Amino acid sequence: MTTHPSPLKAPPPGAAGAGGATPAARPPRRTRSASPANRSGWTPWLYLLPALVLLAGLLVYPIYQLGLISFLEYTQAQVSGGEPTTFQGFGNYATLFNDSQFWQVLLATVLFAAACVVSTLVVGCALAVLLTRIRALPRLALMMAALGAWATPAITGSTVWVFLFDPDFGPVNKVLGLGDFSWTYGRYSAFALVLLEVLWCSFPFVMVTVYAGIRAIPTEVLEAASLDGASQWRIWRTIMAPMLKPILIVVTIQSIIWDFKVFTQIYVMTNGGGIAGQNLVLNVYAYQKAFASSQYSLGSAIGVVMLVILLAVTLVYLRLVRRQGEEL
Amino acid sequence: MSATTGSAVRTRPGGGGGVRALLRVKRPGRLAAEAAALLIAVAVAFPLYWMVLSAFKPAGEIQSTDARPWTLAPSLDSFRRVFEQQDFGRYFLNSLLVAGTVVILSALVAFLAATAVTRFRFRFRTTLLIMFLVAQMVPVEALAIPLFFLMRDFGQLNTLGSLILPHLAFSLPFAIWMLRGFVKAVPEALEEAAYIDGASRTRFLWQILFPLVFPGLVATSVFSFITTWNDFLFAKSFIISDTSQSTLPMALLVFFKPDENDWGGIMAASTVMTIPVLVFFVLVQRRLVSGLGGAVKD
Repeated sequence: MTTHPSPLKAPPPGAAGAGGATPAARPPRRTRSASPANRSGWTPWLYLLPALVLLAGLLVYPIYQLGLISFLEYTQAQVSGGEPTTFQGFGNYATLFNDSQFWQVLLATVLFAAACVVSTLVVGCALAVLLTRIRALPRLALMMAALGAWATPAITGSTVWVFLFDPDFGPVNKVLGLGDFSWTYGRYSAFALVLLEVLWCSFPFVMVTVYAGIRAIPTEVLEAASLDGASQWRIWRTIMAPMLKPILIVVTIQSIIWDFKVFTQIYVMTNGGGIAGQNLVLNVYAYQKAFASSQYSLGSAIGVVMLVILLAVTLVYLRLVRRQGEEL
Repeated sequence: MSATTGSAVRTRPGGGGGVRALLRVKRPGRLAAEAAALLIAVAVAFPLYWMVLSAFKPAGEIQSTDARPWTLAPSLDSFRRVFEQQDFGRYFLNSLLVAGTVVILSALVAFLAATAVTRFRFRFRTTLLIMFLVAQMVPVEALAIPLFFLMRDFGQLNTLGSLILPHLAFSLPFAIWMLRGFVKAVPEALEEAAYIDGASRTRFLWQILFPLVFPGLVATSVFSFITTWNDFLFAKSFIISDTSQSTLPMALLVFFKPDENDWGGIMAASTVMTIPVLVFFVLVQRRLVSGLGGAVKD
């Protein structure tokens, strides 16, 4: 993009409008887009102020607090002010890491999230491709059904799915002839049930986004390829896949983040983490520790662990984005 | 039917018509694909159908072990129970108030911020952008603990404010990130023309840029509306004693009972809770799809 020196503010001496004639006030770096308003020192910060205040107060500060609490002894006694808070160092983390349940929950979280991500991506992409191959009416039907699933609040989706699979009154067991098999009783069947619900409500995002991406590929490119005699498969592999890569990265990362943080579904469908905590994931585990048993420090330590894991995912994402040369 | 390609061209000029023409498989294959799509659509819609159906079923039929996919005697009993027993209307209004406030405020704040990071060059711009990206990844559930203490210190527990404020902050990073593409898409020539014609910066911002970016704001709002409307964790943790400040998800939980769940009530409450979101989605559906395309393509 070319630069457009402003005719109003700080007109460049002499050569007005000459490309690249950057006035001294502008940062030396050649700017990509230079709207007339862009040399106004404080204006962008003024625009950013509300957002930054909100984020600092309700995101950054709580993160700092989370870290702090994870190093303290903080239980009901300290919350009510009955006892002074004491610094524990890494004590809470030591407690956590020596607890075999934590490792079990961590493993379950990772595996469960991975299963959710993979199934969401596979189903979402497959259906996006399917959408490109069918006529308007069936496409509208599938799109509307998917939007319905997408729009359904997590809590209602959870209750409906539990009801569908209810051993006594649900239609699923009846159709499958499973009798009074209880899905939420076993560990794996309970996770499978939650996975189905998560898949149901999150594949639409992938499907719609990837579909929009396929539609955005310029027709000329594909036509040229097919005129040159490229096969369908080749067009897919060498043209569409690379062009869809940015979109695929976005949906993958978003899915990882969402599925790693599943809370409502597990909480509602397995009644707070399943029998004897067999269906706990980190999120629910932290919540139970903090709010159910008032071990706020342990809950915070789990929160910090989650934060670190998700931060790592983010860094990988940033690297991928940067490697593609996309400008931020 | 030969109208297919035509309609595709109509919905998105210069877009997918050709793609589909290229990808179009032979007729039997396409029919199979269409049959599969319809089957999948039915399967995907089924849970919602079952929810609404169960909400209208009379109590006896819900508790029957013979789960029939229809009802011959629809009744409003479950809905009546929902609205009479629980102060459901109140919860509904609370939910609407919280989600509505978050949507409007976050749209305005995000619009300003997105304008700042796309139409200005300044120091730390890239750093800020990366921070917005990172902020999206923060597991907000983990922040329930510190936010709980923060809200307590500010005396906000048991108020709707304790739900509005956190959601406002959480929806911002994503909203800014998404709006970026829309703001960027507005040609700079337009901005120059406005200034040449003597428009002030404020005037340009609200009278020219804002209307142009509005479709993007709609797409973004869907996300903040849904996350706020769906919120279960904060409503559960922050509204501890004053149930008059509760939101819909909490009201729903009342129908879960240790011995016997009131499935009719749960399904009726779920229906009431889902309909507004569905309506919202259908209304903005087209803008949402193109908005996602725009944001991602960017």
